[in-house]
Amino acid sequence: MDALTAHLSELGHGLVTTVELTVVTTVGAMLLGIIVATLRIAPVPLLRAIGTAYVEVLQNLPLLALLVLFVFALPTIGISFPLFTSAAIVIAAYEGAYLAEAIRAGINTVGVGQAEAARAIGLTFGQSLRHVILPQGLRAVIQPIGNICIALLMNTSLAAAVGVVELTQAANNVNLLEAQPIAVFTGAGLAYMLLALIIGQVTGLLERRLAIVR
Amino acid sequence: MVSVRGLHKWFGPLHVLKDIDLTVAAGEVVVVVGPSGSGKSTLCRCLNRLEAIGQGSVEIDGQPLPAEGRALARLRADVGMVFQSFNLFGHKTVLDNITLGPTRVRRISRAEARQQAMTLLERVGIADKADHYPAQLSGGQQQRAAIARALAMRPKVLLFDEPTSALDPEMVNEVLDVMVSLAAEGMTMIVVTHEMGFARRAADRVVFMDDGRIVESGAPDDFFAAPRTERARDFLSKILQH
Repeated sequence: MDALTAHLSELGHGLVTTVELTVVTTVGAMLLGIIVATLRIAPVPLLRAIGTAYVEVLQNLPLLALLVLFVFALPTIGISFPLFTSAAIVIAAYEGAYLAEAIRAGINTVGVGQAEAARAIGLTFGQSLRHVILPQGLRAVIQPIGNICIALLMNTSLAAAVGVVELTQAANNVNLLEAQPIAVFTGAGLAYMLLALIIGQVTGLLERRLAIVR
Repeated sequence: MVSVRGLHKWFGPLHVLKDIDLTVAAGEVVVVVGPSGSGKSTLCRCLNRLEAIGQGSVEIDGQPLPAEGRALARLRADVGMVFQSFNLFGHKTVLDNITLGPTRVRRISRAEARQQAMTLLERVGIADKADHYPAQLSGGQQQRAAIARALAMRPKVLLFDEPTSALDPEMVNEVLDVMVSLAAEGMTMIVVTHEMGFARRAADRVVFMDDGRIVESGAPDDFFAAPRTERARDFLSKILQH
């Protein structure tokens, strides 16, 4: 227990970094997910192909490999970002592929008639997506989106492998000094659990608030 | 107002519309009848290009139907459509269903759109349901809301694709009454329906379709009293004997 209390500040910084990374990547991944899901249902075959290619590539590579590639390989061709930014970009891009598939599933639950009615009153493809299809499609998959956000939170710990001092890395650093792995990693684990519980609660709240009267 | 020339439509190998010619004048009410699978719904959906046209031409108010894109969206705004399954937007209240098109497509102010929507709801008799969600309404009420939604765009022509086929029998009349009053006010209407009573009361012309063709077309009194073709006689004998 002393191992934790003696290093509250380092662990606290790590926790804050984890939360920041989670929030930034969730927002980025949601935007990407909506864009890619839209591409996958677009009326233009080329756009659909781009959407499919995106999902297939990013879902079929391990996140750790992508992180290592981005952080250590890109600088060799002259492209480099700060570590936090790099991790955020890669995790957002990766989780965006999963969110895109969840959102596409949601869009598929919206009846064809809704899109036809939207077009029949003169809405363009973009307008019907924004005002009719997405609001209903997203409501249908709030729970799966919440699950992906929790997975995203856990995946931020991989940023430790490329040098971002988030909660897992901070815990690791503290453990190197104190050699109390049970206390240190149990503490970190509880913090992750708490964050995941919060995401779960928010998901449940949103689902109840936004439920469509059927 | 609506002019269809040499229209053909295929679904894969299935030839569902064969050389359709149809002209509808402004203010005219045309009722399309025929057995199921005769292509009447498809014809209706080709008129605002919810179905792409195979061959031939469709003109609305002198304008040929544009291909996909903004021009088509603009044209659709002028062609109202009422669906068999209502298709009200499930996540929006009745009022928001009606104001969506006017505010986003016509770009009128929210206040004006709401006022206009309330007038329309008043007219179809469900002003008290303005803040309800579609699922809280009966089928007849939903279809009347859908008619109000179509009217809110101030369309040049209204298409009805079997508007009463999904309704319980006791709700059919409340929808037909609204349609009859629209017809009486001079709205240009193309109505695909099985309601022969409506055709008799409100139609200027009845068009009978079978197997993708317009087989017969004429004033309702003539059509129902003395159909000229064997196919129409056969159809009418089957549906009118009860």
